[in-house]
Amino acid sequence: MKTWILGLTLLCACAAASAADTQTGAAVFEKWCLPCHGHGDQFPGTVALGVKYQNKLPGALEDRTDLAPDLVKAVVRTGVTVMPFFRKTEVSDADLDALAAYLTEAKKK
Amino acid sequence: MRTPPGVSAADFAAAVAEFERAVGKDWVFTSDADVDLYRDAYSPYWGEPEEKIASAAVAPSSVEQVQAVVRTANRYKIPLYPISTGKNLGYGGSAPVHSGSVVLDLKRMNRVLEVDEKQAYCLVEPGVSYFDLYRHLQEKKIRLWPDVPDPGWGSVMGNALDRGAGYTSFQYRNHFEAHCGMEVVLANGEVVRTGMGAMPNAKTWGAYKTGFGPYVDGIFSQSNFGVVTKMGFWLMPEPDAYLRGIVYAPRYADFVPLVDVMTHLENTKVFHGFPDFGSPLIGSPDLAGLHHFMTYGPPQRDAEYGALLQRGAPPQDYEPYGVKHKLAFWSLGLPFYGPEKVIRAQWEHAQEQFRKAIPGATFELREQYKFPLSEEQKAKVEYPAYFGIPSLRTFVIGARSPLNPNNPTSGHMWFSPIIPRSGEAVLEANDVFRQASRELGIQMLTPFSLPVTCWERSFIFITAFSVFRDAAVNKKNRDAFRRLVEVAAQHGWGEYRTATSFYDDVMRVYSFNDHSLLRLHETLKDAVDPNGILSAGRYGIWPKHLRRV
Repeated sequence: MKTWILGLTLLCACAAASAADTQTGAAVFEKWCLPCHGHGDQFPGTVALGVKYQNKLPGALEDRTDLAPDLVKAVVRTGVTVMPFFRKTEVSDADLDALAAYLTEAKKK
Repeated sequence: MRTPPGVSAADFAAAVAEFERAVGKDWVFTSDADVDLYRDAYSPYWGEPEEKIASAAVAPSSVEQVQAVVRTANRYKIPLYPISTGKNLGYGGSAPVHSGSVVLDLKRMNRVLEVDEKQAYCLVEPGVSYFDLYRHLQEKKIRLWPDVPDPGWGSVMGNALDRGAGYTSFQYRNHFEAHCGMEVVLANGEVVRTGMGAMPNAKTWGAYKTGFGPYVDGIFSQSNFGVVTKMGFWLMPEPDAYLRGIVYAPRYADFVPLVDVMTHLENTKVFHGFPDFGSPLIGSPDLAGLHHFMTYGPPQRDAEYGALLQRGAPPQDYEPYGVKHKLAFWSLGLPFYGPEKVIRAQWEHAQEQFRKAIPGATFELREQYKFPLSEEQKAKVEYPAYFGIPSLRTFVIGARSPLNPNNPTSGHMWFSPIIPRSGEAVLEANDVFRQASRELGIQMLTPFSLPVTCWERSFIFITAFSVFRDAAVNKKNRDAFRRLVEVAAQHGWGEYRTATSFYDDVMRVYSFNDHSLLRLHETLKDAVDPNGILSAGRYGIWPKHLRRV
């Protein structure tokens, strides 16, 4: 019984941590990504991705369900075309983990 | 670990240890992977031996930590390169001018320290971006606007120190002139406050600019004489209402009276907003239409127009086509801010003046709003920067889009000489640079470069050069850029700002009396930074030990 309760407690703790991560990830996205990757053709990143994938994938990152965490992290740290890379004083490693989680795990639920 | 030039490995290791004690180990970056994040993503030397690379980076969070880092660097003669948000893309980004410098990354100093709504000013730290300041004002329901440049993630302070510009009312568009008071850490670690800030317990640091004695603020802009850690800025009180009217002129030669009338109306304060030129006929967009143009391209025209394009017709040859198809040669957007009754009357008066000067001029009332804007209105406005709303729309330039589906760039660099505020000068500059571009085998960003009108007494001629991850293409563009700097100088036009790769080229043409101004800069540099540790080479100013004869 004790083991069961402990397990349940851990499960709840993990779920809470995950929700917190997602919240942090959403905030990181809102601050650093949204101005280029929001919905609509006023956002250069969204337009670029729509054209790149010829609209077979959504242009807006938050609508994607195929992203892998490592891809998100790599793009933030290496940049792509006119998108520059981001320093750790802008997006810390912890923020980047949360962002990757927000754009990947959260979308698969 | 990389080592700065002229510094022993032992000294550098000792300095790094001191940096770590000052700011904490987490905020000193020495691994290649971390330091590479300080490369200039838009470098026209990307991947070439001449690309400027940092040796390390250190990120303090307070002025006391900045002082500690600077004192250490001064003791070990370590070159430092301060950046604010490091987002000066197109003008150098976060990379140093002198390779091997340690980047002093001030992004963590990101507090809006004060906003006085009644007196309409703020005091900020270097890491505060336009997005940050805008969010702060919105969240606290303070009815003041920041004046924003195109990229909203830029530093309010950094942009002003680079003498950047924005798009609201004339009083705020020149970001350096809109500042009031500074705090500066000198190369010896001492803190100085300028203006009224020099007086302990000053009540008007953010309200009165010059204080007592010489006005020294200017020497800390476009220079390397100190590390600016605080700056005050005057902000625009939100007006009651906004109106943007468009003037259309039918003929090529109308550009001259269009500019003359516009200039008089602006200088007599009949309108206050950013005058925004376009050419519906040639297909050069105004700023409000730039995003759409760079995304989707110019409107499709018929075969007769195609023939003009095909033969590379000069702009004036398009006039008969425009007259025949009732397509205006020029447009001029005029934003008005103020009480609704007043700005309607101002727009009426402006129309009368243009009607008198330009036969056949027509007018359109394009946008009208009352403030505050709703969220829906904010998303709908044609050009957010007219409303002090920061965005990143400008990054459509070079990005993949329906207009440019296959060849996105890896950035750009701006060529931006100051030219006189006259129609004749704009037409002449276009002729000169069109001819030079043809000879150099390069293409300008738009068919006709319309002036940027941020300043009150001059224009900026502006065009972008693309940067690719292709050394041969970049070399061709660098060579062309340097040639255009010379061509501009031959005509008396000098750049107001440039990418770090071209600092020396531009400074070289400011050569009156055997470069006496540069020699004055160097005298100041030697006096305030005798070890030459701060931003070596910035804006063409080198410390004694790196100076070329």
